[in-house]
Amino acid sequence: MTRTAAIVRNMIARPSGAIGLTLVVCHLLLALVSPWIVPFDYKEMNALQTLSGPSSEHWLGTDHLGRDVLTRMLLGGREALLVTGIATPIAMIWGGLLGVYLGLRGGWTDEVAMRLVDAFLALPGILPLLVLITVFGSGGEVLMPTLAFFFGIPVIRVARAAAHEVVARDFISAARARGHRRLDIVRRELLPNVADALLVEGAMRWSWMLLGFSALSFLGFGVAPPHPDWGLMVSDARVYMSLAPWGVIAPVVALSSLIIGINLTADALAKTLGLDQSRKAVV
Amino acid sequence: MFSMIFKRLALGLVTVWLVSVIIFLGVEALPGDACTAILERDAHGEALEKCREIMGLNSPALSRYLSWAGSALQGDFGLSANGKDSITDLVGYRVRNSFLLAAGALSVGIPLSIFLGTVAGLRRDTWIDLLFSTGAIFAMTIPEFVAATLLILIFAIWLGWVPAIVLTPADAQPLEFFPEFILAAVVLTMLMVAHIMRMVRSSVIDAMASDYVQMATLKGVPYWQIVFRHALPNALLPAINIIALTVAWLLGGVVVVEVVFNYPGLGRLLVDAISGRDLPVVQAITMIVAATYVAINLLADILSLALNPRLRSHRMRQG
Amino acid sequence: MASPPLIDIRKLCIGFRGRSGALLPVLHDVDLTVCRGESIGIVGESGSGKSTLALAAMGYLKHGLQKISGEVIYDGADMFARTSHDLSNIRGGQLGLIPQNSGQALTPTLRIGRQIHEALRLHCSMPTSSHAERAMDLLTQVRLPDPKAILHRYPHELSGGQQQRVAIAMALAGEPDALMLDEPTTGLDVTTQAHILELLRELAASRNMAMVYVSHDLGVIARVCDRVQVLYAGETVLSGPTREVLRHPGHPYARGLLASIPRLGDRTLPRALEGRPPGPDGPRDGCAFAPRCGMATKECTTTHPPMITGMARQMTRCLYPMQVAGSDLGGAGAVLSCCAADSPSVLRLDEVAVRYDQPGILAALRGAPRPPSTVDGITLDLTRGETLGLVGESGSGKSTILKTIAGLLPPAKGRITLGDGTDLSPTVEQRRPDHLRRIQMIFQNPDDSLNPRQSIGEILAQPLRLYFGLRERALRDRAVELLDTVRLGSHYLDRRPGQLSGGEKQRVAVARAFAAGPEIVLCDEITSALDVSVQAAVLELLNDLKGLHGTAFIFVSHDLTVVRALSDRVAVLYQGRLCEIGPAAAVYAHPSHPYTEALLGAVLEPDPDQTPNLLAEDFADLSPPARGCPFQRRCPVKRGALCETDTPPAQEAGDGHVIRCHIPLAELRVSTTQAPKS
Repeated sequence: MTRTAAIVRNMIARPSGAIGLTLVVCHLLLALVSPWIVPFDYKEMNALQTLSGPSSEHWLGTDHLGRDVLTRMLLGGREALLVTGIATPIAMIWGGLLGVYLGLRGGWTDEVAMRLVDAFLALPGILPLLVLITVFGSGGEVLMPTLAFFFGIPVIRVARAAAHEVVARDFISAARARGHRRLDIVRRELLPNVADALLVEGAMRWSWMLLGFSALSFLGFGVAPPHPDWGLMVSDARVYMSLAPWGVIAPVVALSSLIIGINLTADALAKTLGLDQSRKAVV
Repeated sequence: MFSMIFKRLALGLVTVWLVSVIIFLGVEALPGDACTAILERDAHGEALEKCREIMGLNSPALSRYLSWAGSALQGDFGLSANGKDSITDLVGYRVRNSFLLAAGALSVGIPLSIFLGTVAGLRRDTWIDLLFSTGAIFAMTIPEFVAATLLILIFAIWLGWVPAIVLTPADAQPLEFFPEFILAAVVLTMLMVAHIMRMVRSSVIDAMASDYVQMATLKGVPYWQIVFRHALPNALLPAINIIALTVAWLLGGVVVVEVVFNYPGLGRLLVDAISGRDLPVVQAITMIVAATYVAINLLADILSLALNPRLRSHRMRQG
Repeated sequence: MASPPLIDIRKLCIGFRGRSGALLPVLHDVDLTVCRGESIGIVGESGSGKSTLALAAMGYLKHGLQKISGEVIYDGADMFARTSHDLSNIRGGQLGLIPQNSGQALTPTLRIGRQIHEALRLHCSMPTSSHAERAMDLLTQVRLPDPKAILHRYPHELSGGQQQRVAIAMALAGEPDALMLDEPTTGLDVTTQAHILELLRELAASRNMAMVYVSHDLGVIARVCDRVQVLYAGETVLSGPTREVLRHPGHPYARGLLASIPRLGDRTLPRALEGRPPGPDGPRDGCAFAPRCGMATKECTTTHPPMITGMARQMTRCLYPMQVAGSDLGGAGAVLSCCAADSPSVLRLDEVAVRYDQPGILAALRGAPRPPSTVDGITLDLTRGETLGLVGESGSGKSTILKTIAGLLPPAKGRITLGDGTDLSPTVEQRRPDHLRRIQMIFQNPDDSLNPRQSIGEILAQPLRLYFGLRERALRDRAVELLDTVRLGSHYLDRRPGQLSGGEKQRVAVARAFAAGPEIVLCDEITSALDVSVQAAVLELLNDLKGLHGTAFIFVSHDLTVVRALSDRVAVLYQGRLCEIGPAAAVYAHPSHPYTEALLGAVLEPDPDQTPNLLAEDFADLSPPARGCPFQRRCPVKRGALCETDTPPAQEAGDGHVIRCHIPLAELRVSTTQAPKS
């Protein structure tokens, strides 16, 4: 616990960490309390007041159906945060564990598994998601496992490389020579040293998953209308962009601030833990 | 060296083969098939049976895989789900268009990102580095569709330099869809530059802090000669593979960008095909994209083998 | 010193900005003068600022460092005030640098030829057409075999010694007046080091070059330098003629340093210098060495001593030079604890061979002959309480043998048996817990062998829980006890390895090995990452533990003096094969195998009167020869075809002294050109 506290303190000491953490925490808090503080019902349409500009009643104006943009913006991240907030840890855990296992195991199993990973990575990013969603629907119960599965695949590679690095070190040899069980070595010696890298990786992947989620919504494969979602809002308001730019700008600002917040946090975390994030490929 | 290239080539082929198996099995595992898609509500009883007979869907999966893969190897992807259009014809122009888009983005993006990354790395921790690095973080974190939407808002709607919404047929002359092309290329370039620049920057910082650059300085080599002869080749060589991975990864982003800009490429066709449950078309496009991905990585492997002396010869013993 | 000095550094302060924002000095008021043709040694332990000083002499500071005050006059002008154009002309021209690790200092993507041509293009006044010839000439001067081929090689294709020679050739390309040498032979094998030093001496003499030679190794300095300057915590504490400094050091630190160096001739352990130097953020009120000084008075902690003239033509930064001069040099340290004669055997290796490579499928199909094993024909005995030293240069397979005994590498051939006659299974996974407990290993680099994420308490708990099932209170008590035996307090339990110094970390590693209550401890170069004064403390510790528990050690090192200090018996390895094994006293007094002779001849001790005895060529091979004697390619007394075809016989010289050589024992003894060291 003291280490966690020290890390957080160190992160806040950096400008990137302070800004990033503030943004992320604000978003999470808003997502929690927004249903009780929003001024309007997100479904409530008003045919008389479509695409109206910001006013004292509708601070951010209304959309093409006369719904309050502020309300929809405040609520629009909830689904995304919920789904990605659960799917990211799952992806990190299954990808991380499998990667570490392969890194330790080596040999044919590793070789075959890595070819499969390569093959999956060669599929155009968003495609498997699109296919599964068209077939099984776009509810959270489909999106969550699908995202968790496909975002876990690149993690295998990252975790495997991290494990390789640690396995070559003498404290692993020392533990082996003492005769600890393989599982104990993994748990006590290997995982704690891979965990840092995976933590930073997880933060980055969370932001990418959020991007992916919003892209799905934008393309019409994600959150179903009339439910509010930033990606969907951009997609809807895009057509009326010349008349009502606020309809596009509001969700864009909300989504971007969250993503930037996560990225700054990840950056500060990486620097605090002494890892360099920018050197690696995105895959 | 040739045995190494041969090995990479073989691995690449294995990967492509695995992709084809995954795609085939994936489509197999989905409920419904080409016939249920064509017949829609009539997909039951005799009509369905007959359709399956005609389409050869009743033969064992293995033989269907082999015939599909076999003809795909010859560039023939069969017919689309409506049973009329040849997929190869459907895809042809779109491959060209997507390729143009990617080539446009790459030809500007790679040199630009190397330039920016080098400058930021050499001027580490100065205002110029801070500007570039912060800019990169912003460019990386803004979703493609948001960037695209904003560009349309600014250039099409506010400034009116390009038309906002265009529908150009896929077989149009490249010049005809130039407006969509330019904005889409800008979005892709931006993303790519952001990612690669960051990587080049830290690679350059490493090289400039290395013993051999210190040695060159103390040998009296002037600064710019150090940068170009000693630091940059060493900073960029290991970057080749990572650049390739980044590029290949960003090609996945082409899908979204094409949809936003209504660009007549493979990505938009893919989304349309998925919406219309045109699985043969999905299969074909996936195969093409995956093969491209593998080819790019293979190319990078061979390039770095050819350029990097340390990879080319096996390490000799320290004596 | 009639002519003005070539390099004149005056009151130089260099520092970096710490986290608090304060400027922390790395070098503090350092003076250095070097005249033409003179060679000066800069000695100090890690963190003393010696490399910073050498680079500053060229007007160069590493990233993050800045000059606070003082000046570096070269040829009449301050290096830090010159234009970059001026600097480019001087650096690599009049002022050459030979870096520590040429493997990393040569640009990996450029062929050797291009790098030498670059130096010639920048600094050579001769017409470009003559450069090719000049490059060849330079490589020949540094005695590289086949210079033409070397020109076309990339740096990674050369051995460490060859890379260093290329760096020297590159520095000579500018016809320098002065050479800066930044630990140029650290990390090289002893024989290679001796050859390179001789080369440097000759070059300096023939070209009347000045040399500033930075090293932690007083033995090297003794060989090359006329004058020595000793740095401690960023300050010069002593300077004077080499001979005087080594014979009558006028500063307590220099005395401590000299006493901590193990000697070939000594029968006792070197004496450790307790404590550690202050960091750059430490206070600078009194003498920096006062906390570690046995003679320190109250005044030492309050008055910063000035540089004053001490005895024997030295300048010393000590308040009491007379007392220091009068004190005992005190060479003798602890006496080696010895094992009882005819103790029972605890480990036996019988014709053990190890190979790393697995033949590829293609090679196996083609029926290509397999390369010879990395390690072959190792037969060893270890008795209770005995220390067996394994010496050899890099690639001699010494670490491989240890890993095989520990079960980390399976042997390809041969048997390993414990004292009670039971066979040890080839890999750890198959061994019985009790067997595992009896053999413990300590690794070279404690940074790598201690898990950075565990506290010292957790690190020590691993073996205690595993072998003895200790829990909670008992576990903690035992851990404290172990820390106590390695002279660390119980407050270390909650620290992490990152908060400890190198010596402290290695003590923790020792404590962890002894936590198992082992019969045999395998030490893999465990002092090579440590400063010499810290090394002495670790050697003392091992010696105490050996006396206390009767543990047997196999002590692997490339450093013959360290092995001499600790070992009862010594085995000399070359390319994975045994050359000679026997009681340490006998092997060191009468080195019989030509390789042992060559190794011992190349050892440099901090003795101004010692000259190395270069017997064998120093080129390295990729792999051992398939047949015959492993040393055949370098042997100065090779006896024709016999040595190339037949495995040399093991000749008994009495008292367990075995020499594997074709030359009859009697002739070997006569041919011993090396005078026995007393």
